[in-house]
Amino acid sequence: MNLFQTSLILAFAFLAVFAQAALDAPRHLLGAQIDLLPGLMIFTALNAGLPAIALLAVFGGLWLDSLSANPLGISILPLLAIGWPIYLRRELILRDLPFAQFVLGAGASAAMPLLTVLMLLSGSQEPLLGWGSLWQLVVMTLGGAVATPLVFALMNWFNHALGYQVRTESSFRLDREIKRTRR
Amino acid sequence: MFKQKNYFALGAVIFVAVLILSLPASATTRLKFAISSWFLPLFGLADTAQRLPADLADTVLPRRELLQQIAKLRTENQQLKEQQIQTAAIARENDQLRTSLNWQKQAPWKLKLANVVTRDPANWWRTVQIDLGTRDGLRENLPILTASGLVGRISSVKQSSAQVVLLGDPSCRVSALVENAGRDTGILLASGPLDTSLVQLTYLASSANLKSGQNVVTSGLGGIFPKGIPIGQIVDARSVEYGLYTEARVKLNASLGSLEQVWVLFP
Repeated sequence: MNLFQTSLILAFAFLAVFAQAALDAPRHLLGAQIDLLPGLMIFTALNAGLPAIALLAVFGGLWLDSLSANPLGISILPLLAIGWPIYLRRELILRDLPFAQFVLGAGASAAMPLLTVLMLLSGSQEPLLGWGSLWQLVVMTLGGAVATPLVFALMNWFNHALGYQVRTESSFRLDREIKRTRR
Repeated sequence: MFKQKNYFALGAVIFVAVLILSLPASATTRLKFAISSWFLPLFGLADTAQRLPADLADTVLPRRELLQQIAKLRTENQQLKEQQIQTAAIARENDQLRTSLNWQKQAPWKLKLANVVTRDPANWWRTVQIDLGTRDGLRENLPILTASGLVGRISSVKQSSAQVVLLGDPSCRVSALVENAGRDTGILLASGPLDTSLVQLTYLASSANLKSGQNVVTSGLGGIFPKGIPIGQIVDARSVEYGLYTEARVKLNASLGSLEQVWVLFP
Protein backbone atom coordinates (compact mmCIF):
# COMPACT_ATOMS: atom_id res chain seq x y z
CA MET A 1 0.00 0.00 0.00
CA ASN A 2 1.33 3.42 -0.97
CA LEU A 3 0.87 5.34 2.28
CA PHE A 4 1.27 8.74 0.66
CA GLN A 5 -1.38 8.03 -1.96
CA THR A 6 -3.79 6.66 0.63
CA SER A 7 -3.30 9.74 2.83
CA LEU A 8 -3.89 11.96 -0.17
CA ILE A 9 -7.10 10.10 -1.03
CA LEU A 10 -8.40 10.42 2.54
CA ALA A 11 -7.49 14.13 2.70
CA PHE A 12 -9.32 14.70 -0.58
CA ALA A 13 -12.35 12.78 0.73
CA PHE A 14 -12.39 14.92 3.90
CA LEU A 15 -12.30 18.15 1.90
CA ALA A 16 -14.85 16.85 -0.61
CA VAL A 17 -17.35 16.05 2.15
CA PHE A 18 -16.80 19.47 3.70
CA ALA A 19 -17.25 21.17 0.31
CA GLN A 20 -20.51 19.31 -0.24
CA ALA A 21 -21.83 20.58 3.09
CA ALA A 22 -20.48 24.13 2.86
CA LEU A 23 -20.95 25.03 -0.81
CA ASP A 24 -24.56 25.52 -1.72
CA ALA A 25 -24.21 26.70 -5.32
CA PRO A 26 -25.03 23.36 -7.08
CA ARG A 27 -28.18 22.99 -4.98
CA HIS A 28 -29.28 26.53 -5.86
CA LEU A 29 -28.47 26.21 -9.56
CA LEU A 30 -29.39 22.60 -10.29
CA GLY A 31 -31.63 21.52 -7.43
CA ALA A 32 -29.26 18.84 -6.11
CA GLN A 33 -25.86 18.58 -4.47
CA ILE A 34 -23.19 16.69 -6.43
CA ASP A 35 -21.41 13.88 -4.60
CA LEU A 36 -17.65 13.71 -5.19
CA LEU A 37 -16.99 10.53 -3.22
CA PRO A 38 -18.09 8.07 -5.97
CA GLY A 39 -15.60 9.63 -8.39
CA LEU A 40 -12.87 9.43 -5.79
CA MET A 41 -13.76 5.81 -5.08
CA ILE A 42 -13.32 5.00 -8.79
CA PHE A 43 -9.90 6.64 -8.78
CA THR A 44 -8.98 4.65 -5.67
CA ALA A 45 -10.27 1.36 -7.10
CA LEU A 46 -8.29 1.84 -10.31
CA ASN A 47 -5.07 3.21 -8.83
CA ALA A 48 -4.72 1.99 -5.25
CA GLY A 49 -5.11 -1.26 -3.34
CA LEU A 50 -8.02 -2.79 -1.49
CA PRO A 51 -6.88 -1.39 1.89
CA ALA A 52 -7.19 2.13 0.44
CA ILE A 53 -10.66 1.26 -0.86
CA ALA A 54 -11.61 -0.05 2.60
CA LEU A 55 -10.29 3.07 4.34
CA LEU A 56 -12.05 5.41 1.91
CA ALA A 57 -15.33 3.51 2.30
CA VAL A 58 -15.15 3.65 6.10
CA PHE A 59 -13.84 7.19 6.61
CA GLY A 60 -15.59 8.77 3.61
CA GLY A 61 -18.87 7.19 4.66
CA LEU A 62 -18.51 8.22 8.30
CA TRP A 63 -17.55 11.79 7.42
CA LEU A 64 -20.48 12.13 5.03
CA ASP A 65 -22.97 10.71 7.52
CA SER A 66 -21.64 12.81 10.41
CA LEU A 67 -22.59 16.05 8.61
CA SER A 68 -25.88 14.64 7.39
CA ALA A 69 -29.13 13.42 8.92
CA ASN A 70 -28.23 9.94 7.58
CA PRO A 71 -27.84 7.24 10.22
CA LEU A 72 -24.11 6.96 10.95
CA GLY A 73 -22.44 4.28 8.83
CA ILE A 74 -25.15 3.99 6.16
CA SER A 75 -22.87 5.30 3.36
CA ILE A 76 -20.03 2.84 4.04
CA LEU A 77 -21.49 -0.16 2.23
CA PRO A 78 -22.66 1.75 -0.89
CA LEU A 79 -19.15 3.19 -1.27
CA LEU A 80 -17.63 -0.26 -0.87
CA ALA A 81 -20.13 -1.68 -3.36
CA ILE A 82 -18.87 0.84 -5.92
CA GLY A 83 -15.17 0.34 -5.31
CA TRP A 84 -14.92 -3.41 -4.92
CA PRO A 85 -16.32 -4.60 -8.33
CA ILE A 86 -14.22 -1.99 -10.15
CA TYR A 87 -11.14 -3.15 -8.25
CA LEU A 88 -11.79 -6.76 -9.31
CA ARG A 89 -12.05 -5.81 -12.99
CA ARG A 90 -9.52 -3.00 -13.09
CA GLU A 91 -7.15 -4.82 -15.43
CA LEU A 92 -9.87 -4.70 -18.08
CA ILE A 93 -10.64 -0.98 -17.69
CA LEU A 94 -8.86 1.70 -19.73
CA ARG A 95 -8.30 3.85 -16.68
CA ASP A 96 -6.45 6.66 -18.47
CA LEU A 97 -9.23 7.38 -20.95
CA PRO A 98 -11.40 10.34 -19.84
CA PHE A 99 -14.42 8.75 -21.52
CA ALA A 100 -14.00 5.57 -19.46
CA GLN A 101 -13.68 7.72 -16.33
CA PHE A 102 -16.83 9.65 -17.34
CA VAL A 103 -18.88 6.46 -17.85
CA LEU A 104 -17.64 4.88 -14.62
CA GLY A 105 -18.32 8.16 -12.77
CA ALA A 106 -21.88 8.26 -14.12
CA GLY A 107 -22.55 4.69 -13.05
CA ALA A 108 -21.04 5.14 -9.60
CA SER A 109 -22.75 8.49 -8.99
CA ALA A 110 -26.12 6.95 -9.88
CA ALA A 111 -25.52 3.81 -7.83
CA MET A 112 -24.38 5.58 -4.65
CA PRO A 113 -27.66 7.51 -3.91
CA LEU A 114 -29.81 4.60 -5.07
CA LEU A 115 -28.07 2.14 -2.74
CA THR A 116 -28.10 4.61 0.17
CA VAL A 117 -31.81 5.36 -0.23
CA LEU A 118 -32.51 1.63 -0.55
CA MET A 119 -30.69 1.02 2.72
CA LEU A 120 -32.53 3.94 4.39
CA LEU A 121 -35.90 2.59 3.27
CA SER A 122 -35.02 -0.93 4.41
CA GLY A 123 -34.06 0.56 7.80
CA SER A 124 -37.57 2.09 8.11
CA GLN A 125 -36.24 5.63 7.66
CA GLU A 126 -38.33 8.19 5.79
CA PRO A 127 -36.16 10.18 3.36
CA LEU A 128 -37.57 13.08 1.34
CA LEU A 129 -38.50 11.45 -1.98
CA GLY A 130 -40.80 12.40 -4.85
CA TRP A 131 -40.84 12.94 -8.60
CA GLY A 132 -38.24 15.63 -8.10
CA SER A 133 -35.86 12.95 -6.85
CA LEU A 134 -35.56 11.69 -10.46
CA TRP A 135 -34.24 15.10 -11.49
CA GLN A 136 -31.86 15.05 -8.52
CA LEU A 137 -30.64 11.61 -9.61
CA VAL A 138 -30.00 12.89 -13.15
CA VAL A 139 -28.07 15.89 -11.77
CA MET A 140 -26.05 13.69 -9.42
CA THR A 141 -25.29 11.19 -12.22
CA LEU A 142 -24.19 13.78 -14.76
CA GLY A 143 -22.46 15.96 -12.16
CA GLY A 144 -20.57 12.95 -10.80
CA ALA A 145 -19.71 11.84 -14.35
CA VAL A 146 -18.21 15.24 -15.18
CA ALA A 147 -16.44 15.44 -11.82
CA THR A 148 -14.74 12.02 -12.10
CA PRO A 149 -12.20 12.92 -14.85
CA LEU A 150 -11.49 16.12 -12.91
CA VAL A 151 -10.87 14.09 -9.75
CA PHE A 152 -8.50 11.85 -11.74
CA ALA A 153 -6.63 14.85 -13.14
CA LEU A 154 -6.37 16.52 -9.74
CA MET A 155 -5.24 13.38 -7.91
CA ASN A 156 -2.70 12.53 -10.61
CA TRP A 157 -1.34 16.07 -10.46
CA PHE A 158 -1.01 15.91 -6.67
CA ASN A 159 0.59 12.48 -6.87
CA HIS A 160 3.05 13.74 -9.46
CA ALA A 161 3.81 16.98 -7.61
CA LEU A 162 4.10 15.66 -4.08
CA GLY A 163 4.81 11.93 -4.32
CA TYR A 164 8.02 10.06 -4.97
CA GLN A 165 8.36 9.20 -8.62
CA VAL A 166 9.30 5.71 -9.76
CA ARG A 167 12.93 5.75 -10.90
CA THR A 168 12.91 4.73 -14.52
CA GLU A 169 15.70 2.40 -15.60
CA SER A 170 17.45 3.34 -18.79
CA SER A 171 18.21 0.58 -21.26
CA PHE A 172 21.58 2.18 -21.91
CA ARG A 173 24.51 0.38 -20.27
CA LEU A 174 28.08 1.59 -20.48
CA ASP A 175 29.58 -1.90 -20.60
CA ARG A 176 27.34 -2.87 -23.52
CA GLU A 177 28.08 0.19 -25.62
CA ILE A 178 29.26 -0.60 -29.06
CA LYS A 179 32.30 1.45 -29.74
CA ARG A 180 32.55 2.32 -33.36
CA THR A 181 36.04 3.17 -34.28
CA ARG A 182 37.91 3.51 -37.52
CA ARG A 183 40.33 0.75 -38.20
CA MET B 1 -6.10 -12.64 -8.11
CA PHE B 2 -7.87 -12.12 -4.81
CA LYS B 3 -5.57 -12.70 -1.87
CA GLN B 4 -6.52 -13.67 1.66
CA LYS B 5 -5.60 -10.24 3.07
CA ASN B 6 -8.01 -8.67 0.58
CA TYR B 7 -10.83 -10.80 1.94
CA PHE B 8 -9.78 -9.62 5.39
CA ALA B 9 -10.02 -5.93 4.37
CA LEU B 10 -13.42 -6.52 2.78
CA GLY B 11 -14.72 -8.39 5.82
CA ALA B 12 -13.38 -5.70 8.14
CA VAL B 13 -15.28 -2.93 6.30
CA ILE B 14 -18.53 -4.89 6.34
CA PHE B 15 -18.02 -5.67 10.03
CA VAL B 16 -17.37 -1.99 10.88
CA ALA B 17 -20.44 -0.87 8.91
CA VAL B 18 -22.73 -3.43 10.53
CA LEU B 19 -21.28 -2.70 13.97
CA ILE B 20 -21.85 1.08 13.68
CA LEU B 21 -25.33 0.63 12.25
CA SER B 22 -26.32 -1.66 15.11
CA LEU B 23 -25.00 0.60 17.88
CA PRO B 24 -27.59 2.04 20.28
CA ALA B 25 -28.91 5.49 19.35
CA SER B 26 -27.12 7.31 22.18
CA ALA B 27 -23.73 5.83 21.24
CA THR B 28 -24.28 6.61 17.53
CA THR B 29 -25.17 10.21 18.38
CA ARG B 30 -22.02 10.62 20.49
CA LEU B 31 -19.88 9.05 17.77
CA LYS B 32 -21.50 11.27 15.13
CA PHE B 33 -20.75 14.38 17.18
CA ALA B 34 -17.15 13.27 17.71
CA ILE B 35 -16.60 12.69 13.97
CA SER B 36 -18.32 15.90 12.86
CA SER B 37 -16.18 17.90 15.31
CA TRP B 38 -13.19 17.13 13.01
CA PHE B 39 -14.71 19.65 10.61
CA LEU B 40 -14.83 22.50 13.15
CA PRO B 41 -11.55 24.15 12.03
CA LEU B 42 -12.81 24.11 8.44
CA PHE B 43 -16.11 25.74 9.47
CA GLY B 44 -14.11 28.59 11.02
CA LEU B 45 -12.04 28.97 7.86
CA ALA B 46 -15.11 28.92 5.62
CA ASP B 47 -16.82 31.52 7.80
CA THR B 48 -13.79 33.82 7.60
CA ALA B 49 -13.55 33.32 3.84
CA GLN B 50 -17.24 34.16 3.43
CA ARG B 51 -16.91 37.31 5.52
CA LEU B 52 -13.77 38.53 3.80
CA PRO B 53 -15.40 39.99 0.64
CA ALA B 54 -18.03 41.76 2.78
CA ASP B 55 -15.34 43.20 5.07
CA LEU B 56 -13.33 44.37 2.06
CA ALA B 57 -16.42 45.98 0.56
CA ASP B 58 -17.07 47.77 3.87
CA THR B 59 -13.62 49.31 3.87
CA VAL B 60 -14.09 50.85 0.43
CA LEU B 61 -17.65 52.11 0.98
CA PRO B 62 -17.80 55.91 0.34
CA ARG B 63 -18.41 58.22 3.32
CA ARG B 64 -21.49 59.80 1.68
CA GLU B 65 -23.20 56.42 1.38
CA LEU B 66 -22.41 55.61 5.01
CA LEU B 67 -23.97 58.91 6.10
CA GLN B 68 -27.08 58.15 4.03
CA GLN B 69 -27.33 54.74 5.68
CA ILE B 70 -26.99 56.29 9.15
CA ALA B 71 -29.77 58.79 8.39
CA LYS B 72 -32.01 55.98 7.11
CA LEU B 73 -31.30 53.83 10.17
CA ARG B 74 -32.04 56.78 12.50
CA THR B 75 -35.46 57.25 10.88
CA GLU B 76 -36.14 53.52 11.11
CA ASN B 77 -35.03 53.51 14.75
CA GLN B 78 -37.43 56.35 15.54
CA GLN B 79 -40.32 54.49 13.90
CA LEU B 80 -39.45 51.30 15.81
CA LYS B 81 -39.35 53.23 19.11
CA GLU B 82 -42.85 54.58 18.43
CA GLN B 83 -44.03 51.08 17.57
CA GLN B 84 -42.45 49.75 20.75
CA ILE B 85 -44.37 52.29 22.87
CA GLN B 86 -47.63 51.29 21.17
CA THR B 87 -46.84 47.58 21.59
CA ALA B 88 -46.01 48.05 25.27
CA ALA B 89 -49.37 49.79 25.79
CA ILE B 90 -51.17 46.94 23.99
CA ALA B 91 -49.25 44.37 26.06
CA ARG B 92 -50.23 46.13 29.31
CA GLU B 93 -53.86 46.21 28.21
CA ASN B 94 -53.62 42.51 27.26
CA ASP B 95 -52.17 41.68 30.67
CA GLN B 96 -54.93 43.59 32.45
CA LEU B 97 -57.62 41.80 30.43
CA ARG B 98 -55.98 38.41 31.08
CA THR B 99 -55.87 39.17 34.79
CA SER B 100 -59.52 40.28 34.85
CA LEU B 101 -60.57 37.12 32.98
CA ASN B 102 -58.26 34.96 35.11
CA TRP B 103 -56.32 33.73 32.05
CA GLN B 104 -52.74 32.51 32.18
CA LYS B 105 -50.17 35.20 31.28
CA GLN B 106 -48.06 34.72 28.15
CA ALA B 107 -44.33 34.77 28.79
CA PRO B 108 -42.34 36.89 26.29
CA TRP B 109 -40.21 35.00 23.79
CA LYS B 110 -36.46 34.84 24.30
CA LEU B 111 -34.46 34.70 21.08
CA LYS B 112 -30.84 33.87 20.36
CA LEU B 113 -29.19 34.57 17.01
CA ALA B 114 -27.32 31.72 15.31
CA ASN B 115 -25.35 31.42 12.06
CA VAL B 116 -26.07 28.63 9.59
CA VAL B 117 -22.78 26.79 9.15
CA THR B 118 -23.49 23.91 6.76
CA ARG B 119 -26.30 22.20 4.90
CA ASP B 120 -26.99 18.51 4.67
CA PRO B 121 -24.75 17.03 1.96
CA ALA B 122 -27.40 14.39 1.18
CA ASN B 123 -30.24 15.44 -1.12
CA TRP B 124 -32.92 13.42 0.70
CA TRP B 125 -32.82 15.36 3.97
CA ARG B 126 -33.55 19.02 4.65
CA THR B 127 -31.33 19.96 7.58
CA VAL B 128 -28.75 22.64 8.44
CA GLN B 129 -26.16 23.00 11.19
CA ILE B 130 -26.04 26.14 13.34
CA ASP B 131 -23.18 27.45 15.48
CA LEU B 132 -24.94 27.35 18.88
CA GLY B 133 -25.01 24.29 21.12
CA THR B 134 -25.61 23.02 24.64
CA ARG B 135 -23.13 25.58 26.03
CA ASP B 136 -25.53 28.29 24.78
CA GLY B 137 -28.49 26.62 26.47
CA LEU B 138 -29.89 24.89 23.39
CA ARG B 139 -31.82 21.65 23.69
CA GLU B 140 -33.73 19.38 21.32
CA ASN B 141 -37.02 20.52 19.75
CA LEU B 142 -36.52 24.26 20.27
CA PRO B 143 -38.23 26.19 17.44
CA ILE B 144 -36.06 27.98 14.87
CA LEU B 145 -37.29 31.01 13.00
CA THR B 146 -36.29 34.04 10.97
CA ALA B 147 -37.83 37.50 10.90
CA SER B 148 -40.18 36.22 8.16
CA GLY B 149 -41.44 33.11 9.92
CA LEU B 150 -40.91 29.57 11.15
CA VAL B 151 -37.96 27.60 9.76
CA GLY B 152 -37.88 24.33 11.71
CA ARG B 153 -36.80 22.81 15.00
CA ILE B 154 -33.60 21.53 16.59
CA SER B 155 -33.23 17.80 16.07
CA SER B 156 -29.91 17.18 17.87
CA VAL B 157 -27.51 19.31 19.88
CA LYS B 158 -23.75 19.14 20.44
CA GLN B 159 -21.64 21.31 22.69
CA SER B 160 -20.99 24.04 20.14
CA SER B 161 -23.37 23.29 17.28
CA ALA B 162 -26.82 21.91 16.60
CA GLN B 163 -28.68 20.26 13.76
CA VAL B 164 -31.89 21.95 12.62
CA VAL B 165 -34.49 19.97 10.74
CA LEU B 166 -36.25 22.35 8.34
CA LEU B 167 -39.91 22.58 7.37
CA GLY B 168 -40.53 20.21 4.49
CA ASP B 169 -38.35 17.44 5.89
CA PRO B 170 -40.36 14.29 6.63
CA SER B 171 -39.29 14.40 10.29
CA CYS B 172 -40.48 18.00 10.85
CA ARG B 173 -44.24 17.92 11.23
CA VAL B 174 -45.96 21.03 12.51
CA SER B 175 -49.52 21.54 13.65
CA ALA B 176 -50.71 24.64 11.80
CA LEU B 177 -53.74 26.88 11.84
CA VAL B 178 -55.25 28.83 8.94
CA GLU B 179 -56.25 32.38 9.88
CA ASN B 180 -59.73 32.24 8.36
CA ALA B 181 -63.23 32.34 9.81
CA GLY B 182 -63.20 28.60 10.53
CA ARG B 183 -59.72 28.62 12.17
CA ASP B 184 -59.01 25.32 10.35
CA THR B 185 -56.11 23.27 11.69
CA GLY B 186 -53.97 20.75 9.87
CA ILE B 187 -50.48 19.26 9.81
CA LEU B 188 -47.60 20.56 7.72
CA LEU B 189 -45.82 17.78 5.83
CA ALA B 190 -43.12 17.56 3.17
CA SER B 191 -44.12 18.50 -0.37
CA GLY B 192 -41.29 17.51 -2.65
CA PRO B 193 -37.51 17.36 -2.79
CA LEU B 194 -36.95 20.20 -5.26
CA ASP B 195 -38.99 23.24 -4.22
CA THR B 196 -38.01 24.33 -0.71
CA SER B 197 -40.54 27.18 -0.65
CA LEU B 198 -43.65 24.95 -0.69
CA VAL B 199 -45.01 22.51 1.90
CA GLN B 200 -48.24 20.51 2.18
CA LEU B 201 -50.84 21.39 4.80
CA THR B 202 -52.91 18.26 5.18
CA TYR B 203 -55.64 16.66 7.33
CA LEU B 204 -57.71 19.85 7.11
CA ALA B 205 -61.47 19.44 7.58
CA SER B 206 -63.34 18.62 4.36
CA SER B 207 -65.53 21.66 5.00
CA ALA B 208 -62.52 24.01 5.29
CA ASN B 209 -63.03 27.25 3.40
CA LEU B 210 -59.55 27.94 2.09
CA LYS B 211 -58.57 30.79 -0.18
CA SER B 212 -55.29 31.71 -1.76
CA GLY B 213 -53.32 34.18 0.35
CA GLN B 214 -54.77 33.21 3.74
CA ASN B 215 -52.12 33.24 6.48
CA VAL B 216 -50.96 30.03 8.12
CA VAL B 217 -49.49 30.13 11.65
CA THR B 218 -48.50 27.54 14.23
CA SER B 219 -51.50 26.25 16.19
CA GLY B 220 -49.64 25.63 19.44
CA LEU B 221 -50.81 22.00 19.49
CA GLY B 222 -48.16 19.36 20.02
CA GLY B 223 -46.21 21.27 22.63
CA ILE B 224 -43.12 22.11 20.53
CA PHE B 225 -44.04 25.27 18.64
CA PRO B 226 -45.76 28.15 20.49
CA LYS B 227 -49.01 29.41 19.02
CA GLY B 228 -49.00 32.18 16.44
CA ILE B 229 -45.60 31.89 14.72
CA PRO B 230 -46.14 32.87 11.05
CA ILE B 231 -45.49 30.01 8.61
CA GLY B 232 -46.73 31.11 5.20
CA GLN B 233 -49.71 31.64 2.91
CA ILE B 234 -52.14 29.23 1.27
CA VAL B 235 -51.41 28.79 -2.46
CA ASP B 236 -54.20 26.37 -3.44
CA ALA B 237 -56.31 23.63 -1.90
CA ARG B 238 -57.94 20.39 -3.05
CA SER B 239 -60.13 17.71 -1.64
CA VAL B 240 -58.41 14.32 -1.24
CA GLU B 241 -59.28 10.72 -0.36
CA TYR B 242 -62.78 11.01 -1.90
CA GLY B 243 -63.57 14.16 0.09
CA LEU B 244 -62.44 12.76 3.44
CA TYR B 245 -60.18 15.75 4.11
CA THR B 246 -58.65 18.77 2.40
CA GLU B 247 -55.03 19.34 1.48
CA ALA B 248 -53.44 22.71 0.69
CA ARG B 249 -50.10 23.90 -0.59
CA VAL B 250 -48.48 26.55 1.59
CA LYS B 251 -45.83 28.99 0.40
CA LEU B 252 -43.40 29.50 3.26
CA ASN B 253 -42.59 33.02 4.46
CA ALA B 254 -38.99 32.12 5.29
CA SER B 255 -36.65 31.41 2.40
CA LEU B 256 -35.19 28.03 3.37
CA GLY B 257 -32.85 27.93 0.39
CA SER B 258 -30.85 30.97 1.45
CA LEU B 259 -30.69 30.81 5.23
CA GLU B 260 -27.68 32.56 6.73
CA GLN B 261 -28.83 33.59 10.20
CA VAL B 262 -31.70 32.21 12.24
CA TRP B 263 -33.25 32.81 15.66
CA VAL B 264 -33.50 30.08 18.27
CA LEU B 265 -36.70 30.56 20.24
CA PHE B 266 -36.78 29.78 23.95
CA PRO B 267 -40.52 29.66 24.72
